[in-house]
Amino acid sequence: MTGTRISGGLVVLLLIFLTLGTLVAVGLRAEDLSGLGRRDWAAVRFTLWQAALSAAISCLLAIPVARAFSRRQFWGRGVLITVLGAPFILPVIVAVLGLIAVFGRTGLVSQFIGLFGLEPVQIYGWHGIILAHVFFNLPLATRLILQGWLDVPAERFRLAQSLNFLSADMFRHIELPLLFRVVPGAFMVIFLICTTSFAVALALGGGPRATTIELAIYQAFRFDFDLSKAAQLALVQFAVGGGLAIASLWFRGPRGQGAALDRVVSRRDGSVWQDALWILLAAAFLLVPLVMIGVKGLWGVSELPDSIWPAALRSVIVALVSAGLTVALVLPLALLAQSLRKGGAAVEAIGYLSIAASPLVMGTGLFILTFAWIDPILLALPVTVLVNAAMSLPFALRALMPGLTQAEADYGKLALSLQITGWARLRWVILPRVRRPLAFGAALAAALSMGDLGVITLFANPEVQTLPLALYQLMEAYRMDAAFAAALLLLTLSLAIFWLIDRGGRVDVDA
Amino acid sequence: MKQTLLSGGLMLVASAAMADTPVLTVYAPDYFTSEWGPGPKIEAAFEETCKCDLQYLAGDLLPRLLLEGGRTKADIVIGLNTDVTKKARETGLFAPHEQDTSALTLPIEWTDEVFLPFNWGHTAFVYDNTKIDSPPTSFEALLNSDEDWKIVLQDPRSSISGLALMLWVKAVYGDEAQAAFAKLAPKVLTVTKGWSESYGMFTDGEADLVLSYTTSPAYHIIAEGDETKSAAIFDEGHYFMTELVGKIADTEEPELASAFMDFVLSETFQEMIPTANWSFPAKLDDSKLPEGFKKLNMPEKALFYSEDQAAALRDEALEEWLTAFSQ
Repeated sequence: MTGTRISGGLVVLLLIFLTLGTLVAVGLRAEDLSGLGRRDWAAVRFTLWQAALSAAISCLLAIPVARAFSRRQFWGRGVLITVLGAPFILPVIVAVLGLIAVFGRTGLVSQFIGLFGLEPVQIYGWHGIILAHVFFNLPLATRLILQGWLDVPAERFRLAQSLNFLSADMFRHIELPLLFRVVPGAFMVIFLICTTSFAVALALGGGPRATTIELAIYQAFRFDFDLSKAAQLALVQFAVGGGLAIASLWFRGPRGQGAALDRVVSRRDGSVWQDALWILLAAAFLLVPLVMIGVKGLWGVSELPDSIWPAALRSVIVALVSAGLTVALVLPLALLAQSLRKGGAAVEAIGYLSIAASPLVMGTGLFILTFAWIDPILLALPVTVLVNAAMSLPFALRALMPGLTQAEADYGKLALSLQITGWARLRWVILPRVRRPLAFGAALAAALSMGDLGVITLFANPEVQTLPLALYQLMEAYRMDAAFAAALLLLTLSLAIFWLIDRGGRVDVDA
Repeated sequence: MKQTLLSGGLMLVASAAMADTPVLTVYAPDYFTSEWGPGPKIEAAFEETCKCDLQYLAGDLLPRLLLEGGRTKADIVIGLNTDVTKKARETGLFAPHEQDTSALTLPIEWTDEVFLPFNWGHTAFVYDNTKIDSPPTSFEALLNSDEDWKIVLQDPRSSISGLALMLWVKAVYGDEAQAAFAKLAPKVLTVTKGWSESYGMFTDGEADLVLSYTTSPAYHIIAEGDETKSAAIFDEGHYFMTELVGKIADTEEPELASAFMDFVLSETFQEMIPTANWSFPAKLDDSKLPEGFKKLNMPEKALFYSEDQAAALRDEALEEWLTAFSQ
């Protein structure tokens, strides 16, 4: 186990460097100190409020959807689950334009209710931000909560069914404890994502009422070049994020489901119609905006420049390398958090830090630390891959931890009694049990890296264009049709790569 | 450590290969270096005459320069805006441009000896002329209009055009700016981070008017053959915007850098600006503009604050803007 511990420790150090280290670098580079003003604190309050509301709504809606998916087996279920995950991996600007096409002043919903003489719906304002955040995060919440359901051994449901449990009994004895275990974590992750939100809040917020901390950081950095203020705001963001990450770990309920045979769950309780309705509603909410992007995108396909293909290939490579790196980072970290009797929770909390990190501060810090020694152009792709992996790590960790804890609880003692240790233990005892969440984490990392805008403009290399960058440049050049086509390509590639990797982990044995 | 050695090695190899051809490093914004921006054409044209290799570094110009300070690798910085020139000047990194600016074709007089304009335009509200028959003809008319027009703007804290709007209102209304912002606010559908999001919402039909440039319709006329987009021209005048180029004082390639500054005002360079940059060239006779530019609605009067005036007004105007839009 010492090998795992050392590599786990190295990952912890790397994460602290990327999050807090870069922040300190920015703070130290500041020429004079400035305090936070009234507007900054208003931004902090608004950020917390909208993030809490967005996360709560996402989780509440995700529970019935995840339950519906866990109870029903139907043709195309796997593909549907994957496709429903798409909003989470979309570049923000694309998703916002897709949402506007549905919920905007001239969107589908407004046109439909216009038939009955009603006024168009008003998407702009705080509710627009919440709507967008739920759109982005409902898929993630559903996946994380569904993962909790899938972690329950099929034998438990079989036993419950043989005892003639009703849906309500099933809920009280099996599902409620399961929700207590997974929902706080899902809430925390989504809360953190929403605290760093920036472009959504601006585009749909309707004005400066909706100023988030990330926008205040951007303002400090770009508008005032006030590094001291940028660093302080980033620190506030950390304090909030870190505090919440630790708080959510307290909520982790006891585990121990008993050993299982990895069968596929098949259940007959609950109302099929109710489940079908939930799945249909979620699918409509999440997919119609995507279809709108698809329709717009098809228009512009003929206008796509040839250079889009090398850019797409480069993005795919970045995504695959980021995914590999995420796995290489998350496994030792999770094993370390698992193996420590004291401090495991702290290790896990450090794993979540990077969601609360401001990409702008991280990029600037890395630039300050490296530019004197290494040409930033040479670092463009390595930095993109590293930061993408660090940014995806929390999601992979969140998905992995429950399964890992369970595998240890169920088989740890058996492995110990058989003296299976070290690599053999990882290979034969642990990995088969966590294959599914691990692949999910890797798939998520790959998809997120596809959609990411190269993280940091300071490291941009004009010769090494990626797909999201090409998309923005097309928009800047007035080529909106081609930009939508690029968005469609990005969406298709992200989904394909996510599906392929995720499926790799979901090849099941049904006894 | 291995990484450092490797990258160091790569740089050595790269610089050895380039030893015969001097390199001119030009910092430029992202849009500029993209294949749809003016960068690639300018690079090709300059390399034909300079026997050198022009290399762009794309990204945030001023933050990067401020972080690098004296260690910057830039020889030339292109694409700075007037709102950042004060900070850029204070770095002391720039040398005088040494160009004759008396024959520039700008609507304002240009006397800056450090930063040289290479294009220009004005902020303007762009609309679809098939949907709006009688567009507002003044700021006052827009603010007092009964029409249910929805406008999209950019945030002055994150966007150059948003900042220009703030100064535009300040230039028109002075001490009454806050009241003007307050009248504008209810007509505003939303405020976006950058120009692209706003313009996308406008072309999607979500907004009736978008804060953009007097030159925006030229793209639609020339590239798409679409004459339905127009800029509303206001009697009070429009805020002038220009992009600038500057030479780094302690460049290792002073002759190349000077040659590039000469090139900026040459006809070859200037003729590329209209259709690659979708703005007016800083020094080109009207007769040489593409046909589409002659169809543009143009204001009689350009409003403009010098960098010192703009810096003095900025924080106060932002506070007024925030207050009015937070109601």
